[in-house]
Amino acid sequence: MWRWFHRLGSPRWFYQTSGRWLPWLAVLTLALLVIGTLWGLAFAPEDARQGNSFRIIYIHVPVSFLALAGYYVMAVAGAVNLIWRIKLADMVMTAAAPLGAALTFLALFTGAIWGKPTWGTYWVWDARITSMLVLLFLYLGVVVLRNSFSGRDTAGKACAILALVGTVNIPIIYKSVDWWFTLHQPATIKLSGAPSMHPDMFKPLLVMILAYYCFYALVLILNTRTEILHRERRTAWVNDLAVSELAVTELTSNEQ
Amino acid sequence: MNIQFDGFYFESLAEFFAMGGHATYVWGAYGVALVVMVWLVVRPLLRRASILNELRQNLKKRQHSLYEESR
Repeated sequence: MWRWFHRLGSPRWFYQTSGRWLPWLAVLTLALLVIGTLWGLAFAPEDARQGNSFRIIYIHVPVSFLALAGYYVMAVAGAVNLIWRIKLADMVMTAAAPLGAALTFLALFTGAIWGKPTWGTYWVWDARITSMLVLLFLYLGVVVLRNSFSGRDTAGKACAILALVGTVNIPIIYKSVDWWFTLHQPATIKLSGAPSMHPDMFKPLLVMILAYYCFYALVLILNTRTEILHRERRTAWVNDLAVSELAVTELTSNEQ
Repeated sequence: MNIQFDGFYFESLAEFFAMGGHATYVWGAYGVALVVMVWLVVRPLLRRASILNELRQNLKKRQHSLYEESR
């Protein structure tokens, strides 16, 4: 058990194992995204009240889910690094911050575009929207904080603490639609009870949610692998990798 | 043009692109999402290539200086 734990924390082991899974994950992600997008855009019926602009939810809802789930990933990775000093956890945290920021931006952006024809405005200082904006600033804060330290350990600790303090915002985002019933509608999908949506509209949404979970995992792994290469660039195995990859590209270009 | 798929919601491709008058909103949201997602995937791949390239150049330099020293 401890040996497994130790191996899991080894960046080199992570790099090699994830490399084997990556092509499959990439194919699965692309397939789900294409199916879900086509289904949602072209085959799902339009909403009786919102018309076709409702189709934006096939992006808006999944990216919002992942913007929140990504914050857990970042905060938990930060905590693991703080408590057990596992370097890989710090690399995952570094990988999660810009990804989370991009997804939160997309959630806000698609929400604003959807809001114009539906609510008649791009932006309101509604509780849900404001707390999502705070989430964006938390992600960006971690990115900026990371770059402002020269020492890697200090940067990791500071970012982990900021991320952990910021988790206060997460339940506020979840509950905002119930606590302050302003403009943003309550959750469409609940764990308990049936969704308040027609199955023809709901099924493509499920595909898109699955697709975005895969997409999140894919980009998180890509970012973590790059971070591993960057931090371990002075080790023998990364240098061997650089040389062997050059050999492969030279071989293939000679064949042509 | 008249293409019919089973279950295709719109009457024609033109209507599909028009999105019932909400074309700007729908295609705008999907377009921006596509750009951001492509950027998210391409960014680590480019950074990876530049890290490995730099390592190869350093190795070449080191090999060269070793060769010079041995002469």
